[in-house]
Amino acid sequence: MNIDAPKLDYAALSPMLILLGAACVGILVEAFVPRRARHWVQVVLSLAALIAAFVAVVLQAKTETITAAGAVAIDGPALFLSGSIIVLGAVSVLLMAERSLDSGSAFVAQAAVVAGSAPDRKLASEPTSHTEAFPLALFALGGMVLFVSANDLLIMFIALEVLSLPLYLLCALARRRRLLSQEAAVKYFLLGAFASAFFLYGVALIYGYAGSVDLAAIHDAVNGSPANDVLLFVGLAMLLIGLLFKAGVVPFHSWTPDVYQGAPTPVTALMAACTKVAAFGAILRVFYVAFQSTKWDWRPVLIAIAMLTMVVGAVLAVTQTDIKRLLAYSSIANAGFILTGVVALNERGVSSTLFYLAAYGFTTIGAFAVVMLVRDADGEATHLSRWAGLGRRSPLYAGVMTVFLLAFAGLPLTSGFISKFAVFAAAIDGGSVALVIVGVIASMILAFPYLRVIVLMYLSDPAEDGPTVSVPGGFTAAALTIGVLATVALGVVPTQLLDLAGEAAQFVR
Amino acid sequence: MNGPWLPVLTVLPLVGAVVLAFLPRGADRLAKLVAIGWSLVVLVLTIIICAGFDPDGDRFQFVSSYTWIPSFGTRLDFGVDGIALVMLALIAVLTPIVMLASWHESGAGRRSVRTYYSLMLALQACMIGVFVATDVFFFYVWFEAMLVPMYFLIGSYGGAQRQYAAVKFFLYSLVGGLFMLASVIGLYVVSARELGEGTFAFDKLAGMDMSTAAGRWIWLGFFVAFAVKAPLFPFHTWLPDAGGQAPIGAAVLLVGVMDKVGTFGFLRYNLPLFPEASRFFAPLVIVLGIIGILYAALLAIGQHDMKRLVAYTSVAHFGFIAIGVFAFTTQGGSGAVLYMVNHGIATGALFLVVGFLIARRGSTLISDYGGVGRLVPWIYGAFFITGMASLALPMTNSFVSEFLVLIGVFSRNPTAGVVATLGIVVAALYVLWMIQRTMHGPLNPSLGEKPSWRDLSRREAWVIAPLLVLIIGLGVYPKPLLDVINPAVKATLTDVGKQDPQPTEVAGGNR
Repeated sequence: MNIDAPKLDYAALSPMLILLGAACVGILVEAFVPRRARHWVQVVLSLAALIAAFVAVVLQAKTETITAAGAVAIDGPALFLSGSIIVLGAVSVLLMAERSLDSGSAFVAQAAVVAGSAPDRKLASEPTSHTEAFPLALFALGGMVLFVSANDLLIMFIALEVLSLPLYLLCALARRRRLLSQEAAVKYFLLGAFASAFFLYGVALIYGYAGSVDLAAIHDAVNGSPANDVLLFVGLAMLLIGLLFKAGVVPFHSWTPDVYQGAPTPVTALMAACTKVAAFGAILRVFYVAFQSTKWDWRPVLIAIAMLTMVVGAVLAVTQTDIKRLLAYSSIANAGFILTGVVALNERGVSSTLFYLAAYGFTTIGAFAVVMLVRDADGEATHLSRWAGLGRRSPLYAGVMTVFLLAFAGLPLTSGFISKFAVFAAAIDGGSVALVIVGVIASMILAFPYLRVIVLMYLSDPAEDGPTVSVPGGFTAAALTIGVLATVALGVVPTQLLDLAGEAAQFVR
Repeated sequence: MNGPWLPVLTVLPLVGAVVLAFLPRGADRLAKLVAIGWSLVVLVLTIIICAGFDPDGDRFQFVSSYTWIPSFGTRLDFGVDGIALVMLALIAVLTPIVMLASWHESGAGRRSVRTYYSLMLALQACMIGVFVATDVFFFYVWFEAMLVPMYFLIGSYGGAQRQYAAVKFFLYSLVGGLFMLASVIGLYVVSARELGEGTFAFDKLAGMDMSTAAGRWIWLGFFVAFAVKAPLFPFHTWLPDAGGQAPIGAAVLLVGVMDKVGTFGFLRYNLPLFPEASRFFAPLVIVLGIIGILYAALLAIGQHDMKRLVAYTSVAHFGFIAIGVFAFTTQGGSGAVLYMVNHGIATGALFLVVGFLIARRGSTLISDYGGVGRLVPWIYGAFFITGMASLALPMTNSFVSEFLVLIGVFSRNPTAGVVATLGIVVAALYVLWMIQRTMHGPLNPSLGEKPSWRDLSRREAWVIAPLLVLIIGLGVYPKPLLDVINPAVKATLTDVGKQDPQPTEVAGGNR
């Protein structure tokens, strides 16, 4: 039997090839470059790869093609999402590269040492760090780019694993609070493995229904397959579980706060921004390309899930006392808002979702960058009570954080407002008024925890032994600047990105 | 007179706020002078704009429009009608006065003076933006942005309960604002269906034919936001806290201008965009307004705290404004708009005088005063005049407006007019009683044997004198304002489709 090699459009695939290739080079760097130089080599390599990948995405603009034997679709949404993932990934890598805050970076040098033991304490005080973090991040980012371009469910599954496995590892690498970090990694890995299993099982059932894993073929099958619909619905439900898990949507959200809290903060930023983009990108593609004609069956379910996600995320955010957990619940609620755009099921829905994902990514990375800066002797001071009076100690960083929090709360002149407006308008256009009403109510509830942080920072008196705000190194400062500029610019002059998202809203089938 | 006058006017204070933020730390005096100077420039520009306004010309003047977010159908539309113009004038006059009044207060408790004045200018920019925007989306942006500087002014520079008051203020306003957001989105979708393309431009929306059900729902969203901001009973509970805790300067702007955005919103958006819904809900608003007049006035009598008392009187006055707006008569509408200006001047002045007293005694409680009229005769005089303006004594500015409102309401709905008139009686009670308890009678023993109180300082005289002049001046001769207001109100009433009732018992009114 002869198997023809599939034709590959290398130009169209170049972004993910660059990222994955650079990740492989990064592994070689670990093997051959002396330890002292590794950090810088890795940082330069990663940033160069990300810039090259972004250039590749820009060069592919307006491409609409399906390549690799129908496995990969390069179209507007794929390119927009890839670009977002790469830019947000670059900003997260800047945070990972920061060495002036901790001795070394946020990563431990040897993850396998028992937490709390003497060697562990020795490691914590040494400036060496785990430079494998960079290739791991590149693998994850490459996987995400593939994830949003996957045109068949098997490739999507492979991409899911490529992006997930490095993240599981990265979660365990925190230099401080090792136990919390490792526990988070185990939790993330176990639940993620379950979710992947559901996804794969769903793929199998859908294959049984449609006789193919290709999204376009599934679309055709949905319109005229004689097979039993039970296969379709059960398969779709299982697929959904796998995707919603990655997106951190209620009721598959329970890992989010623990993992966000336990992971090293730069990794949390990476997950909160890029993974969210990737997950929703895949959700968009699956539902818009493959299952649009069964919308009467799944749309009410997604609407209910979106409502639940917004309300649960908002309500639980109110009760949080740890800033990272607060941001985690806020990201859950935001997942609900994004889902509001997804279920609109029109072009406006796609473009508003794309815009939301990009805008939200910048804000959330910026917020985590500020979290990295607020430190005391034990590392980051994440308990909210420690943030009291921060506005008096360092007005600049409190001000920056305030911009992010106001954006999360959806105040005008920030990107958060434009994003919310866009998805709500799309949802009303799509006929789901109830969803928007729930969304508005959730926004009201959600304003409270953000406001509480602002109150703490400005209106409370500083604690005697409160944390100091470290002066950020160049990398963090760059990430913060990008975050603030993007948050404000996308709030005041969002036209360019909105137009870009609008032009990119057409899937190829 | 077209051209970018209004965008410049809006951006100018923002630039000032940024400039102030970059002044060297500790240069407090410089910051104050720069801020006051800046606000005087804004005042001059506003005067130029007022001089160029033609009362008999187009409804919106100084119109300019810029592309903003085409995919949302929103543009940066600027323009003023007579109603917005008088509000701009009010902002321009009050801001420098308020800044001068905050000379000592801003730095109290080792807080940054720069930031205080920077926030003041940012607030001024947002308030100007609200009144000059003629695109609903653009308006909403300013409407919400306005919260942020005021939140920090209350929260960072306010009294002992400032945190509570600031958060309450912010959450109430934000919740109201989100209702409006829902309506703004609804408006967009309806306009996309009716006009073929989604738009927020006021003139296009005002001519739109909207279905009854949709119109009423969207009207309610706007109404709740404006009623919270105004504040109308039963959405008023944040104001006594915010007004009571805010530093005096911010309190004047809060009650004097910012709250007017609510009643301005009724006039600019509720009435013209949703005529049917406005007619449908008018009785409800009138009832709420009258409850507000009586209930808030009664509560004001019971207050121990002077700032809270003044804040409650505002709730009562806003009741008058609301019933004036929803009476759908020229007199009622013009009276309401005039009241918006006069209330800003009179209540602002009252707040400032109360602030002078507080600065001397260090207490806001009425019971800590008593007989101090003899110690500070000039302040007493100012207190008396502003108090009389607050209860709308003839010859003060509030009288004209209150009279017009009552005539307007009476000709449409005599019962409502009669009941609202009761509010005047109660108003006399709380103002006179406050003056009596603080100024007259024997000297409060807790002040000591021979308390040495400075009378009005030169700075304070500069603060209060312009307002006293305006109180008397507009009380005697309100015509210039009414000339500007009347055409705008008439245009608004035409939008609602209501004619003035035939004057039978009550004749005239138009001077």
